[in-house]
Amino acid sequence: MADNFMPSAAEMLRFLPETVLIVFGTLIMFLDALVGEGKKAWLGTVAIVGLLLAAWGTVVAWSNPGPAFQSMLMVDGYATFFRFLVIAVGVLTVLASVTYLERERADSGEFYALVLYSVAGQCVMVTANELIMIFIGLEISSISSYILAGYLRDDKRNNESALKYFLLGSFATAFLLYGIAWIYGATGTTNLADIRRVLSNREIAPALGLIGTSAALMFVGFAFKVSAAPFQVWAPDVYQGAPAPVSAFLSAGPKAAAFAIFLRVFMTAFEPVADKWAPVIWVSALATMTVGNFAALLQSNIKRLLAYSSIAHAGYVMVAIAAHSQIGTEAVMFYMAAYAFMNVGAFVVVAHFARQGEKYVNTDDLAGLGQRQPVTAALLTIFLLSLIGVPLTGGFFGKFYIFKAALDANLVWLTVLGLLNSAVGAYYYLRIIVVMYFKEPGESMHDLQPLAAGTQAVLWGSALATLVLGIYPSVILDFARKSAALVK
Amino acid sequence: MNLLNLVLALPLAGFLVTLLLPKNNSHAIRLFSLVVSLAVFVLSLGLTAPFHATGNGNWFVTDVPWIQSPEIRYHVGLDGLSLWLVLLSTLLTPVSILVSWKYIDRRVKEFYAFLLLLEFGLIGVFVAWDLFLFYVFWEVSLVPMYFLIGVWGHERRIYAAVKFFLYTMAGSVLMLAGIIFLYNKAGTFDYVNLVDLLQRGRLVLTSQEQLLLFLAFFVAFAIKVPLFPLHTWLPDAHVEAPTAGSIMLAAVMLKMGCYGLVRFCLPMFPQAAHQCQSWIVILAIIGIIYGALVAMVQPNMKKLVAYSSVSHLGFVVLGVFSFNQNGLDGAVYQMLNHGISTGALFMLVGYLYERTHTLEIKDYGGVSTPAPMLATVFLITLLASIGLPTLNNFVGEYLVLQGSAAVNFNWTVAAAVGVILSACYMLWLYQRVFVGETNKDLSHHHPFLDLNGRELAAAVPLLALMVWMGVYTKTFLPVVSAANQRIIEQSKTGVETLVEKQGGKRIAELRELIHGR
Repeated sequence: MADNFMPSAAEMLRFLPETVLIVFGTLIMFLDALVGEGKKAWLGTVAIVGLLLAAWGTVVAWSNPGPAFQSMLMVDGYATFFRFLVIAVGVLTVLASVTYLERERADSGEFYALVLYSVAGQCVMVTANELIMIFIGLEISSISSYILAGYLRDDKRNNESALKYFLLGSFATAFLLYGIAWIYGATGTTNLADIRRVLSNREIAPALGLIGTSAALMFVGFAFKVSAAPFQVWAPDVYQGAPAPVSAFLSAGPKAAAFAIFLRVFMTAFEPVADKWAPVIWVSALATMTVGNFAALLQSNIKRLLAYSSIAHAGYVMVAIAAHSQIGTEAVMFYMAAYAFMNVGAFVVVAHFARQGEKYVNTDDLAGLGQRQPVTAALLTIFLLSLIGVPLTGGFFGKFYIFKAALDANLVWLTVLGLLNSAVGAYYYLRIIVVMYFKEPGESMHDLQPLAAGTQAVLWGSALATLVLGIYPSVILDFARKSAALVK
Repeated sequence: MNLLNLVLALPLAGFLVTLLLPKNNSHAIRLFSLVVSLAVFVLSLGLTAPFHATGNGNWFVTDVPWIQSPEIRYHVGLDGLSLWLVLLSTLLTPVSILVSWKYIDRRVKEFYAFLLLLEFGLIGVFVAWDLFLFYVFWEVSLVPMYFLIGVWGHERRIYAAVKFFLYTMAGSVLMLAGIIFLYNKAGTFDYVNLVDLLQRGRLVLTSQEQLLLFLAFFVAFAIKVPLFPLHTWLPDAHVEAPTAGSIMLAAVMLKMGCYGLVRFCLPMFPQAAHQCQSWIVILAIIGIIYGALVAMVQPNMKKLVAYSSVSHLGFVVLGVFSFNQNGLDGAVYQMLNHGISTGALFMLVGYLYERTHTLEIKDYGGVSTPAPMLATVFLITLLASIGLPTLNNFVGEYLVLQGSAAVNFNWTVAAAVGVILSACYMLWLYQRVFVGETNKDLSHHHPFLDLNGRELAAAVPLLALMVWMGVYTKTFLPVVSAANQRIIEQSKTGVETLVEKQGGKRIAELRELIHGR
């Protein structure tokens, strides 16, 4: 028995990405002390190397899939998919941050280390196969994110953002933890597959009230993290206040990981009672889409607009969860990938455009961008068209799969309302395009710098990914399909 | 790679190359896009060859998988219904480029790039035989038009562009829901397969499903047509668009909706189409008369032409929902006619605007004195639009009226009023603009010039077609009739199959629907 507690080499390899990320994060902290002022951008390169190695580690782990550490972790296709995704978001964030941090005179290794830790936490989340691991991963990811949101210490907006994010985020994790305690009390286990086994066995299943309470508490926790209604109010304030590259990161990485565990918990552990929770998700999905889209119509601050838009997109993803089917899971996976690229792209254009101190963050400031920087404007247009859901972009295919899954599950009304919602959404994205192309340049254009190399890499990479996912979605979809059957 | 793929790919390639051209060399950009679009047109003439040889059939079919699962195929092909619409697109693109030659003087590169992208989308819509592919082209054609209106349009261009986009989008998302629903039910997006499954009763839709699906498709198409009361985006879009945008919008884009009605609504949901026949026809007739009356009181020329479109397209819908050979033939012919004559009208109005920078009718008068050629061309076009015999619109309107008379003579009478009204507003327009004393303000700053060689070159092909299509329908109509005949048969078997499947209960009622009252 005792030697069973020593993890085997294979198990250690399944944990390789997280190990690499933690090692590199710590390494950067040490190097930070050695590297002189003004040369910190170099640490960004170290972070990129770390992330790429972690991606390689993900491949290594995937070459020998299976459980690790007494089944606390489960390296399956699903985990691998999301590991790649959060690592990719990490790479994009670091690339976009180098110039941004130099511009704000806030470059230090700490930032990159925190990104790596946060990504490591997300990797743990998406690999976790039991509730305590999920909780630990979530905390690693969240606490790093809280600090990132308030990274520019002298900026009031950053402080507000971090404080709100921290208070509400802790509140949400508390709910989640309480839910975990309930289900542990009711079933005697925190392992997702075991919970499922208990719940699906009529003789030993606890009372529905107990299951319902714990599921509801956990739902609250997850809904906070993915900014689903009615727990979405923090998102606009946090995304607006945080440094733009961090907003990009928050809206893609932690959100993808949160959706991953949301699905894993509800589609594995709580699947036996799916017909009980699906209606709740149905309502929440509709409310999330509607609140997000209609509030976004009224925004003039582009970061806030994108924040509401990200709420709306969370609503679309909830539609796929409400379908609670394997196709729904596939759709969520595909959508999170498509969404990560288009949203990070859009936020990074904002980061580039905002200039020092984020002076220019109103939609009207973008006037004439199409004439002054046609390439930047064209790239942002691709992201916006994808967010609208115009064909040949990843966003369109993502929506298509989501609503296909919903119709498959006979959610006709939710589909119709969701699609109409996406038509409403078109309006505020179009408004940005209108300003960029149809308005003459104003004073906000006079000191606009050309795109920095790192930013260019992010934008071209994201735009390429957005188009590839739209024209040839099979690259990701095939993998998603193979791995959407969660280990039960 | 067959000819059709080439015709489809060339505008896209042209679009991409145009983006790479240096933006300062406007002349090279114009010339390049003109050459590309002319090449596309010449190539597309080759598409008619097999139809002239055989009269009918599906040609130039390409069917390769695009996405494995859900199974989406790149399935394109050409039949008699699509053929002339494709040619209409390929003809009007070079015409639009010629028309814009001098008029568009800023952001030239993007303008011509978007025109070519638009051509790609439009051709794609007419040749796609996979519902998903159709939807992709449908939406893709939206984006360039949005920019054409929004960047190069007149004063209220932003409002018009956004309204145009949102109207179309709102309609098409419902169609998307319908497409997905069909796929979940039938397991295929392939139009040919779907129709076949429906025909043979392998895929059975309940009456309610059929009705809802029909409506999902119908609303998307009706917005695009546009059918009264969904037409309000059209006057805005047309008036605010630059000349080339108005031409493409009126001549080709509106046909996407009409085409969709014939191609999808009739063969796939025949029963629902029959059920809704009477109120759709009523809306069409309201459109015909309302459009004509509103056109009559417009002080703005472009708006007048725009409302005349609402009126003319009412005829198309009336023809389609007569469900008989004459009606459908007339409707399809009328789509082409409207494309040519209204396209030409927008072009000529554009010429006037370039000279005076006003669209108000009251600012004109006696234009025929300084510009006799312009006046003549305008008069011919306008007479074609009214439906004068020997010119193209007459044939289409006549067939539509005859088709509708076979179903319900009252409809014919009501629609015929629209023909009379169109003579009123058009001739009155001509009178106020071209005849009478020359308005002094017109040549106040510059001498009012007649058409130059380029402008005439853009107009002549359209004039020639008005006459050709008016006197020698044999070139065009048999191919269309053959395709329509097939659609009518599909529509009938569709209902028959349903009758069998649903048992005896409503047989009498349904048979009555199919075979007329």
